[in-house]
Amino acid sequence: MKINFFHISFIALACIASSCKKDNYKAPTAQLSGQLQYNGESIGVERNQVPFQIFQYGFGKVGAINGSFAQDGSYGSLLFNGKYKFLIPSGQGPFIWKELSPGVPDSLDITMNGNQTLNIEVTPYYMIREPQISGSGGKITATFKAEKIIVNAGGKDIEWVSLYINKDQFVSGGDNLAKKDSSGTAVVAGTSITLSVVVPTEEIVPSQNYVYARIGLKVLGAEDMIFSPPQKVSF
Amino acid sequence: MKKILLPTILVLLLVFPGCKKDSNFLNIPPIQVIPTDVAFSDPALVISILGDLYNRQLDFSSLDGYLLDPNDGGSNIAGWRSFADFGESFPSEAGSYSIVQKFNWPYNSWWTWDYGYIRDLNLFIQRDSAATKLVDTIRTRFLAEGRFLRANYYFDMVKRMGGVPLILSPLEYDYKGNVSSLQFPRAKESDIYDFVISEAEAIKNQLPSDVNEKSRATKAAALAMEARAALYAGSIAKYGVTTPQVSLGGGEVGIPASKAADYYTIALRAAGEIIDGSAGPYALYKVLPDLSNNFAAIFTDKSSVNQEAIFEEDFKANAGKTHGFTTNDQPYSFSDEGGDAGRLNPSLNLVESFELLDNTYAPIPTTDGGGNPIPYTNPLDIFAGRDARLAGTVILPNGVFKGTHVDIWAGYQLADGSIITSDVAGTLKVLPGTSELVQVVGKDGPVNGLEYRTQSGFYIRKWLDPTVGSGRRGRGSDVPFIRYRMGEVLLNAAEAAFELGQTGVAVGYINQVRARAGLVIPLTAGDLTFDRIVHERRVELAFEGHILFDMKRWRIATAVWDGNAMTKADLLSNIGSATKRNTQPWGLWPYKLYLPGNPDNGKWIFKETLPAAVTGIDRFRLGNYYSAINDNILAANPKIIRQPNQ
Repeated sequence: MKINFFHISFIALACIASSCKKDNYKAPTAQLSGQLQYNGESIGVERNQVPFQIFQYGFGKVGAINGSFAQDGSYGSLLFNGKYKFLIPSGQGPFIWKELSPGVPDSLDITMNGNQTLNIEVTPYYMIREPQISGSGGKITATFKAEKIIVNAGGKDIEWVSLYINKDQFVSGGDNLAKKDSSGTAVVAGTSITLSVVVPTEEIVPSQNYVYARIGLKVLGAEDMIFSPPQKVSF
Repeated sequence: MKKILLPTILVLLLVFPGCKKDSNFLNIPPIQVIPTDVAFSDPALVISILGDLYNRQLDFSSLDGYLLDPNDGGSNIAGWRSFADFGESFPSEAGSYSIVQKFNWPYNSWWTWDYGYIRDLNLFIQRDSAATKLVDTIRTRFLAEGRFLRANYYFDMVKRMGGVPLILSPLEYDYKGNVSSLQFPRAKESDIYDFVISEAEAIKNQLPSDVNEKSRATKAAALAMEARAALYAGSIAKYGVTTPQVSLGGGEVGIPASKAADYYTIALRAAGEIIDGSAGPYALYKVLPDLSNNFAAIFTDKSSVNQEAIFEEDFKANAGKTHGFTTNDQPYSFSDEGGDAGRLNPSLNLVESFELLDNTYAPIPTTDGGGNPIPYTNPLDIFAGRDARLAGTVILPNGVFKGTHVDIWAGYQLADGSIITSDVAGTLKVLPGTSELVQVVGKDGPVNGLEYRTQSGFYIRKWLDPTVGSGRRGRGSDVPFIRYRMGEVLLNAAEAAFELGQTGVAVGYINQVRARAGLVIPLTAGDLTFDRIVHERRVELAFEGHILFDMKRWRIATAVWDGNAMTKADLLSNIGSATKRNTQPWGLWPYKLYLPGNPDNGKWIFKETLPAAVTGIDRFRLGNYYSAINDNILAANPKIIRQPNQ
């Protein structure tokens, strides 16, 4: 028998038709997104350092869907429609997340039905107020105030404050060209603090006449720092 | 007649085999599996079972590497790589640059959860106890060895995971669909340490006191395990108060501070029993006149002269049990195996921390007070007058291994400060004012990104086998990995005594270890601080798998690996401070001066250099203090609770 066009098209049709079964889950499509907030103001953190966990009820194993906040405090996760709980593991973030008992974090219930925006309201130990960052003469100067938010027994002291600069928009203790630290003992909450740092121009290749700068505040005994929004500054 | 004979024989042949009783027909003893009662009737068979259990011990650093858990990727970790990381070394292998390019450790780093091994140990203990055909003394020794291995593995689990379910008998499933009788909650962290200590006490007199028995459990091995475990528990109790977040309500993680003194007392007593000789005549290795060679020989001398090693994983060349540590880490230019060499490069961070002989700390003097580089006639001169352990742990530029000097230099420096170098030693260049092609970079490195040569300026010497042929892949090296040795026992005793306020006793112990390294001016009781203890362990026990667990139990890991880039100022200051930043491995690169007519021509200068591949920063998070328990385990057993801060 000669193999002709008819045979080939028959085989092809058989192959195609046999894979016509439903064989998989659709990819998740419901977008959960939001922002870390305190009284409606966003809280900046270091990228990939403050994790969150989402658990789906009644579905397979009890493992978490892990994610982490971006440096502006935003987060996002694609999920299936259904019921979830959202939590931030104990000891993470420059803020207090309620715990049911030591080491057991409280959780938020979320029902996903299509896209949803859910801002996460937390109480930070401190807020960076009135950040002003300017540059001139190859130097970046920042002025700001630290406001102590948690003033009762749960409150903590400032370990240090820092001005970080970087050539791209990711600015933190891990990503910086240069920084200026000031010990927390020198910082009085409510009064204005000034930090300045010289831009190491030789390290900016190819050269550019601007940097991104951010003010960070480290709370004694908390793992993550709180940051002001990054700002593009010419020098 | 003949006609009948043949059929008769045939019939008989058919009938007789069928004469077995029906019930016995299928009852044939297996020839591939040795039944339990047979296995436990002959010491030689028991040894072969025990040998498997010994082989499955878990070490954090292991010369022959280990297989990661299949749930965790399942890849094979090469031996040298288990010694890398933590800012103490640079990995000169392109596939391993991730060690210095990461920004944190995943929460499941260093985890272990091998209850299959625990079950096999429990079965061994159960069967050996029930054995009737073994001589009593032999049976008791086997039993004690099984209990030693089980305690040692629980110790390794508690170091990494905190409190774990304490399973002391083999569990059986009844196939009825209900597994709740097999689900056990995590024990308290202190309970596991208490178990390790009580097991060591219970078995120590059933084990032999034989200084030449190093790869099987001995009395001294049990006591060394007990001392180390008690010391760990004591320091977690004492220093845990500085990190109150790292604890769980039920005590699964964290030990109450009130228990610290008890644990330190146990550690001091157990270490004291080894030091006073009641477990055998163990002693510090003091054989060779050159103190650096002597220190290196602790790890390579397998003869009975070596009374320092207490318990080790032994290897045997030409007999199938060898490792590739020497192959992987030997200096490149005289490697036994072509390009296979030079992976583990100790960092300048570690080299700086070796003291001067007057017991003070100082950076390696690369520049004078005015910031000008200091020229040296011999590259080794810059390291002169330091702790002998430096040259015993690290092969320095122009240092000797296997009778050959290593060739480590980064290029020529000209009068105007410019550098002439090349991408590999074989690429020759012309120096200004000459016409001859010359070598302008060391055959052993350093060149940024050139793997298998040093990129930090140093090669590892500890564990490196000086035997001829040890660097060949085919032969391999049979240098043993020492798990417990006298030097550590003395430091454990010193630390326990110090924490109990007996500083006079503590300096007596620590000074023995220091004198062996050429630091003959004894420390006084007033000199001894926590920082001194931390420092002494770092230099004496470098590359022996201690640094992570030491930093964890003192709760200073978050300060040492704090996620901030390490500047040159960080590198050169605070040497000897326990919480000195150690987030990126620096190197020290030698350059040859090219100054024709100048007396300094041909001399050497040195520059602190961060290898270009180091782009990451070590960041130890609070959640790293205890390794994550994976979701499969949490899903299978709801009684297991998660680790804190993850």
